[in-house]
Amino acid sequence: MNRPAAAEVNPKREEFVKAYKLMVLARTLDEKLGSLYRAGKIPGGGVYLGKGQEAVSVALGLALRKGDVFAPLIRDGAGRLAFGETVVEALRTCLGSSLGPMRGRDGNVHRGRPRDGYLPMISHLGAMISVVNGALMAKRFKGVSGVVGGTCLGEGASSTGAFHEALNQAAVEKLPLVVVLTDNQYAYSTPNWKQFACASLVERAEGYGIAGQPVDGTDLMGCLKIIGNAVQNARTGQGPQLVVAKLLRLCGHGEHDDAAYVDPKLKQSPMGRDCLAVAEQIMSKENWAFPANFRTWKEESAHQVDEAVNQVQKEPPPDPFREDWRGLASKHLAEGYE
Amino acid sequence: MSITYLEAIREAQARALAEDSRVYIYGQDVGSFGGAFKATKNLAQEFPGRVLDAPISEDAIVGSAVGAAIEGMRPIIEMQFADFSTPGFNQIINQAATLYWRTQVPCPITIRLPSGGTSGSGPFHSQSMEALYAHYPGLVVMTPATVEDAYSMLLEAVAIDDPVIFCEHKYLYYHLKADKLPTEAMPARKARIAREGRDVTIVAYSAMVHEALAAAEELQSEGTEVEVVDLRTIKPLDTDTVIASVARTGRLLCVGEAFPWGGVTAEVIARVASEGFALLDAPPKRLNAKDTPIPYHPNLWAAHRPTAQSIAKVARNLVRL
Repeated sequence: MNRPAAAEVNPKREEFVKAYKLMVLARTLDEKLGSLYRAGKIPGGGVYLGKGQEAVSVALGLALRKGDVFAPLIRDGAGRLAFGETVVEALRTCLGSSLGPMRGRDGNVHRGRPRDGYLPMISHLGAMISVVNGALMAKRFKGVSGVVGGTCLGEGASSTGAFHEALNQAAVEKLPLVVVLTDNQYAYSTPNWKQFACASLVERAEGYGIAGQPVDGTDLMGCLKIIGNAVQNARTGQGPQLVVAKLLRLCGHGEHDDAAYVDPKLKQSPMGRDCLAVAEQIMSKENWAFPANFRTWKEESAHQVDEAVNQVQKEPPPDPFREDWRGLASKHLAEGYE
Repeated sequence: MSITYLEAIREAQARALAEDSRVYIYGQDVGSFGGAFKATKNLAQEFPGRVLDAPISEDAIVGSAVGAAIEGMRPIIEMQFADFSTPGFNQIINQAATLYWRTQVPCPITIRLPSGGTSGSGPFHSQSMEALYAHYPGLVVMTPATVEDAYSMLLEAVAIDDPVIFCEHKYLYYHLKADKLPTEAMPARKARIAREGRDVTIVAYSAMVHEALAAAEELQSEGTEVEVVDLRTIKPLDTDTVIASVARTGRLLCVGEAFPWGGVTAEVIARVASEGFALLDAPPKRLNAKDTPIPYHPNLWAAHRPTAQSIAKVARNLVRL
């Protein structure tokens, strides 16, 4: 169901450049994490990157604001930075610093600060959507209006029961939920034709009775407009919004995966474009910025990421002897096994 | 004037709603209909906007409760039957139970499971799920056996800063009555001596406490004094009270309505064997339901789960050892 937007979001130079710089920072951080992984410097070993998905992710992160709720997934480094996570914070979880929000108890993409509306994902796909719904229900109970809950997932997650239950729940409760579904052609190694049988996942919106919009996920301008509109529509009381972004994942499922199964024809198709390069073309065409600027911003990002890695690598890892090994908030209810 | 176990659960929820604006109830048919068992009767009318009907979506029901708890609410979730908590299992054990440990943000949700067998309920409306949930770190599991406990433990569950699985027994809903609601309460984590005796300890919980008490009565006439321990809460498990009882009697029988493999009875015996082995004068025994799905026909059902007679039989043999 394609409903007209309440108010058109039309990004200008300032917002576009801000988004691009965050995308560059996220890509730089991802590439550094890939290097650290190959060098064996990642405790626990897992690295999951968002290469190729920065435009979609940053567009949602930027459209949300303080007081909103954000539940990112594994390829949302750009959205996380846009929502306010710092490079140091991200690295603390990825490198196992005890100073990070997860303190070594969880790692890599499983990070967040729930009290700030930044929800830490569990691994079970589709499971975060209803948690966002509940946070929005709580805000409604408390009389808080004008807030939005945004969450990201991939086409694979759309096959889960949790996805269906949560979208239906949001529709029934008319919640200000924005689901950004990035159809990146492969769920780990499973291609779309083995994942779903409808022409486009945006058709699912109609079944739930919610608004749905497709977007070219390689096009930052389109993402800022369509996702920005969806967030605005949710914020102004028009109910849940589904945005389906099409693109190709430009990396493996994780850095352990060489993605040899990806169809070479997809890489040559418009879907296989790198969103960073597309954004640079737009900026050049609009006379907003030029290759010299892009180089400078990339160097600044590299410097920022290197400094953060140097800092976090010196921070203390978690100490098993100082752990309280207590899974309950209520001390008096702990079992106290030896 | 008397009050049933079911009415006590309704009254506890009414009090929680009245005293704490963070409390709300969410579940299937809990609104103006008052719930499948009427455990939320009239609450939607008394507390407008705070008793919400949910779609048939256990995963999303629990997931949303976690999100609301993060935002400071204290949701009470009604599963229509304990059996139907399985579609919500992932959110309970992976989302609710891990939240505090991962993030230091508490997850104060209460999930009510109408549990256990009643005649004619069959494989999918009779299950006892407590051991599954107790297996996971990050959850508290309560199994009240009395009207007083149904009331006071549910209030405590709502006040606890952690997810509580509240296993209320459907057989007790209408069968169990008290004169009035309690004004004082034992802390939920303490087990209770339901009957004193010196010859054998029977540890039970939920509806099996009443079968154990009936067995004790039967054995009394034969000159055997049975001590019955009501666990009340199975996680955390009050091992001290159990071991103190075994120290008095030297003999232990654990009874549970759940399936036999693993579970609460196995856990109790494991703890007594490792922490109080020298107190035992005979091998510890356990009695559970049979290792099949729960049958529909009343004849089969009555033979599937432990009863006063089958408990008395095992206890009789145990005191002869």
